[in-house]
Amino acid sequence: MEGCFVVHLFSIWDREWHIVPRKDANAALLSNFEVFQLLTDLKQQRKESGKSKQSSGQQNLNTIMYETLKYISKTPCRYQSPETVREFLIAMKGHKLTKAEKLQLLNHRPVTAVEIQLMVEESEERLTEEQIESLLQTVASILPGDPEEQQRDSAMETEGRGSQ
Amino acid sequence: MFVLVEMTDTVRIPPWQFERKLNESIAEELNKKLANKVVYNVGLCICLYDITKLEDSYIFPGDGASHTKVHFRYVVFHPFLDEILVGEIKSCSQDGVHVSIGFFDDIVIPPESLQQPAKFDEAEQVWVWEYETEEGAHDLYMDIGEEIRFRVVDETFVDTSPTGPSSAEASTSNATEEVQKKEAPYTLVVTMCIIPIVSQSQWLILFLK
Repeated sequence: MEGCFVVHLFSIWDREWHIVPRKDANAALLSNFEVFQLLTDLKQQRKESGKSKQSSGQQNLNTIMYETLKYISKTPCRYQSPETVREFLIAMKGHKLTKAEKLQLLNHRPVTAVEIQLMVEESEERLTEEQIESLLQTVASILPGDPEEQQRDSAMETEGRGSQ
Repeated sequence: MFVLVEMTDTVRIPPWQFERKLNESIAEELNKKLANKVVYNVGLCICLYDITKLEDSYIFPGDGASHTKVHFRYVVFHPFLDEILVGEIKSCSQDGVHVSIGFFDDIVIPPESLQQPAKFDEAEQVWVWEYETEEGAHDLYMDIGEEIRFRVVDETFVDTSPTGPSSAEASTSNATEEVQKKEAPYTLVVTMCIIPIVSQSQWLILFLK
């Protein structure tokens, strides 16, 4: 009888339970904007459900959510929306960039040619100067930047025109 | 910077949580287990994205809790090679400059990747980059708190799971308690991308490795 009981115990605790990431684990890249949306929604949900359900085990989740949101909120993704991202990806189709390069452009919103050269591999061979300029134009027009900065820039422009 | 990883795991729900919706309990358990933790060869787990499949739940003899095999997707921080990121300088030491991005701190720029000539200022404990232009030498101090753009060059995963009592000899030979060096489970080795703008002559210096 005792022998049977021991075998039973082993059969439960000896079972393999481990996290198995699949081989194509890195296939799905996420943009900062998607993670930003996800975390904001999750934060909202947790706030609505009330504090009664939050046990000490949730501390890790709270910490990582708070820190990640803090970091991502300082990047250009906080001004983006699903429509702008879709528009941007459609506009990028003609430029022949890899998925990773498009993602970096989306996340960083470069404004100078130097930044483009950093993010696009072998940009001197693949892109001419006009192409880089048009890339910058597309990025600046489709992806929204800091609204305050843009107001300041447009105000300076009108001032310049006025003085002429 | 972030990737979606498909994973599978068996989640244990204790009996006092049976009144809650299964999806909620499972989401909470998965987050409790994985959030803010590094999974070997995968990356730093952030939060649950969604649950793709729930298999049947079983109750085993001797344990009143239910066990459910779950297929889910998790948001993981795992920058790809050559990705450009922006971070803050956290500290400097002889092994290089340590950079942080808030939720992840184990990013290091080794001295070889710093722009030469670079030297470590012992008094102030900062790395200094002296670069020469026509006007003379300028000193760029890598001050703490400065924002820095860097490119990911290499990553290292270390298995920090506890080892068994293998070295019984070593423990008995040391009279004092050995302080075990805590190794970071996931480290990024990066290199700098500096774009200083020299206001005088308006040309951008681009340094890439």
